[in-house]
Amino acid sequence: MHPPNVIDRPVTPGASSSRSWSRAFGDIRDGFNSRQLWAHLGWQDIKQRYRRSVLGPLWITVGMGVTALGLGLLYSVIFPVKVSTFLPYVTVGFIVWNFVDGCLREGLDTFIANEGLIKHLPSPLSVYILRTVWRQTLLFLHNMVVYVIVAAIFFTSIDHPYSMLLNNGGTMHPGLSWMMLTAIPAFVLIAANGAWVAMLLGIISTRYRDIPQVINAVIQLLFYGTPIVWSLDTVNGASKVAKTVLQLNPLYHLVQVLRAPLIGQNPTWTSWCVVVAMAVVGWALALVAMKNYRARVPYWV
Amino acid sequence: MVSIDVWNAAVDFPIFDAKSRSLKKAVLGKAGGTIGTDSRVPIIEALRDITLSLQHGDRVGLVGHNGAGKSTLLRLLAGIYEPTRGSARIIGRVAPVFDLGVGMDPEISGYENIIIRGLFLGMTRKQMEKRVDDIAEFSELGNYLSMPLRTYSTGMRVRLALGVVTSIDPEILLLDEGIGAVDAAFLDKARDRLNDLVKRSGLLVFASHSDEFLMELCNTAIWMDHGQMKMRGSLREVLTAYKGRDPFQDMSAATLQRLGLADTPVLPNGDPAS
Repeated sequence: MHPPNVIDRPVTPGASSSRSWSRAFGDIRDGFNSRQLWAHLGWQDIKQRYRRSVLGPLWITVGMGVTALGLGLLYSVIFPVKVSTFLPYVTVGFIVWNFVDGCLREGLDTFIANEGLIKHLPSPLSVYILRTVWRQTLLFLHNMVVYVIVAAIFFTSIDHPYSMLLNNGGTMHPGLSWMMLTAIPAFVLIAANGAWVAMLLGIISTRYRDIPQVINAVIQLLFYGTPIVWSLDTVNGASKVAKTVLQLNPLYHLVQVLRAPLIGQNPTWTSWCVVVAMAVVGWALALVAMKNYRARVPYWV
Repeated sequence: MVSIDVWNAAVDFPIFDAKSRSLKKAVLGKAGGTIGTDSRVPIIEALRDITLSLQHGDRVGLVGHNGAGKSTLLRLLAGIYEPTRGSARIIGRVAPVFDLGVGMDPEISGYENIIIRGLFLGMTRKQMEKRVDDIAEFSELGNYLSMPLRTYSTGMRVRLALGVVTSIDPEILLLDEGIGAVDAAFLDKARDRLNDLVKRSGLLVFASHSDEFLMELCNTAIWMDHGQMKMRGSLREVLTAYKGRDPFQDMSAATLQRLGLADTPVLPNGDPAS
């Protein structure tokens, strides 16, 4: 009944170090394979936020609609622009910004917010990354309803070459076309960027709790520094230097690759290249962080 | 083959406070030269020199006073904490039952929680839907399964959690003391099911302060003390050393019979005499 020495010393040392590439990639692979888990968790996060409210997650859509309408109208009064083209521009800019901002802000918090689960259940860390990005994706899809409505209302103003300025000067945009479909790869690229941000900064923020504060302080500034409620077209008077500086803002390119095709504008090749380069470099850094510090995260949260 | 091998493992927790966790010290410390060079993070050695090997069929109890490292050891065995020194190799599907509140949503029904819990343990939604009836029957929760989880008592939550982990054929079952909230009748049922499970496919590690539960579920034991394994051996041996008396001594013949110990002369170390 009682075998004496079942708890023997193992003959060989166990598995190799926890700091290995295979474990880092294994984590990510297992994370993707638990698709049902993170898909469920992400959706549950949204449902929980709007539980017992009458409209439920529709509030996301309503909130975005109000913001887009208000800001679109306000800024088209301030700037010499046409409401019919500027309102769609602001709406889409806001929707895309919300996604980028959400991935960044909540990505920083990914592991801290999931402390309980990390300490109690052995699941891959990437599950929590995917949960965060998926939640933001669902929010994005809710917000896209507003885009569809706005685009339908102003379809006649953006389905042909147009200028956003009242005097019809400035850049001419080609108008909506099949180029719109490039929004899909653009979104995938932005989501990929969101995922590495959550992974890399999530790990760093878990260790250094000042990082989320620093980034929260800067992100508001970045919002105003990125053409979302204003447009490059409206700052024609600005010097070349100012425009060059704006090109250095990576968030401009992130927003641009997704926004431009949705409102019939052309993103520059520079934007595409910057976004792809960010994804590649970012993932490389995130993978290094994952390899070296993945096993430390449960100790740090 | 299911197994857990731990080799000279240690688990050290860095204790970050506001000062050591912040970047300020890390950055300013370097910039400022000598000030703050001694900013080493204090460390708690939660576990050290842990070397053990668990095989298919083992039912191990963990005993030890509060803070001795029982829960940390369970998390090491679950693969949640990878050892800071030494190494650990875990082969088999792990199903932990630690904190009953974690990973359960109080606002949604017991039925939905069964599915989520299953997803966390690596099952798919379809696989869990097939098992719902079995879990409902085992946990005896009946119509309560359609009620939100917040209406459940602690014991009912334990029933649900045990129902889920035992239904999915886990290979490595790790139980923390939280399961003590169930009544005697249910414990009987759970014991049969757990023993069955261990025999079929896996191994069980159970941390508890209750002799009764340990005797029901385990045959060997590890005594944890100050983060180290103070003693390991048969359950009777370890409990006798830990408690200072033989807990099997005053047991009725009926209980011994039930535990499968009756009519077998037993040596003081817990081994059968034959």
